[in-house]
Amino acid sequence: MKLFRRPSSDPLWRDEFSVSTADERYVNRRQFAKFLTLTSLAMAAGNLWIAMRGWLYRQPAYPRNLVAGVDEIPVGGVKLFAYPEAQDTCILVRTPANTFAAYSQKCTHLSCAVYYSKESNRLECPCHQGVFAIADGAPVAGPPQRALPRILLEQKGSSLFAVGIDLGERA
Amino acid sequence: MNTNAPQRRGVTAIDGALALIAVLLMVQIWLLSSTLEEFLAGRRDAATPGAIISCGIFLACLGLYLLIERVDAEVRKD
Repeated sequence: MKLFRRPSSDPLWRDEFSVSTADERYVNRRQFAKFLTLTSLAMAAGNLWIAMRGWLYRQPAYPRNLVAGVDEIPVGGVKLFAYPEAQDTCILVRTPANTFAAYSQKCTHLSCAVYYSKESNRLECPCHQGVFAIADGAPVAGPPQRALPRILLEQKGSSLFAVGIDLGERA
Repeated sequence: MNTNAPQRRGVTAIDGALALIAVLLMVQIWLLSSTLEEFLAGRRDAATPGAIISCGIFLACLGLYLLIERVDAEVRKD
């Protein structure tokens, strides 16, 4: 065991921390390969997590909620409602073709609230000028890449009921 | 005669393997982002094949990493 420090002109800290900063920063090929392989492992884990979410996904049982009366909304008019939960705002539109269409009000880009433009007969997002078709909720302009979730409607007499949500493949 | 020939060959092999890992990693990044995009759009069919291919790519990267370790050990031994 070394009891005494060797006589040298170097300060004590240089003996204690003998690895220079330049060497510490040096990354050799093996370390770099290990880093890349671990990154690959992380991405494989991410893909597995997505797959697990897909396997464990169960279609939720949506409630049957009264949305509006048929005569309550004029042609070209809208009504906002919440479905299936109180925080899930949706928009019901009576189109000029006298049909009803309901969509989630959250823009699929950054979740701003979309509104109905009667002049252009389409749903528009004011935040980034995203535009969705009223017929199927598909994105037709702007940054959104995915369609608005469509609220499935059922007409019973003079009442409209929301019965489910179609996430669809209307990209 | 060049006495560093085995080292040079080893370094070249390691560099090649590293480049291949980098390419595989780029493919894996694209795969992850596109699978996530599909999943968020409600299309869950792509999730399982995406996971299988991603795991395959990881195994390939692991194989290349082990190859680098082996080549490096052999070159250092020589």
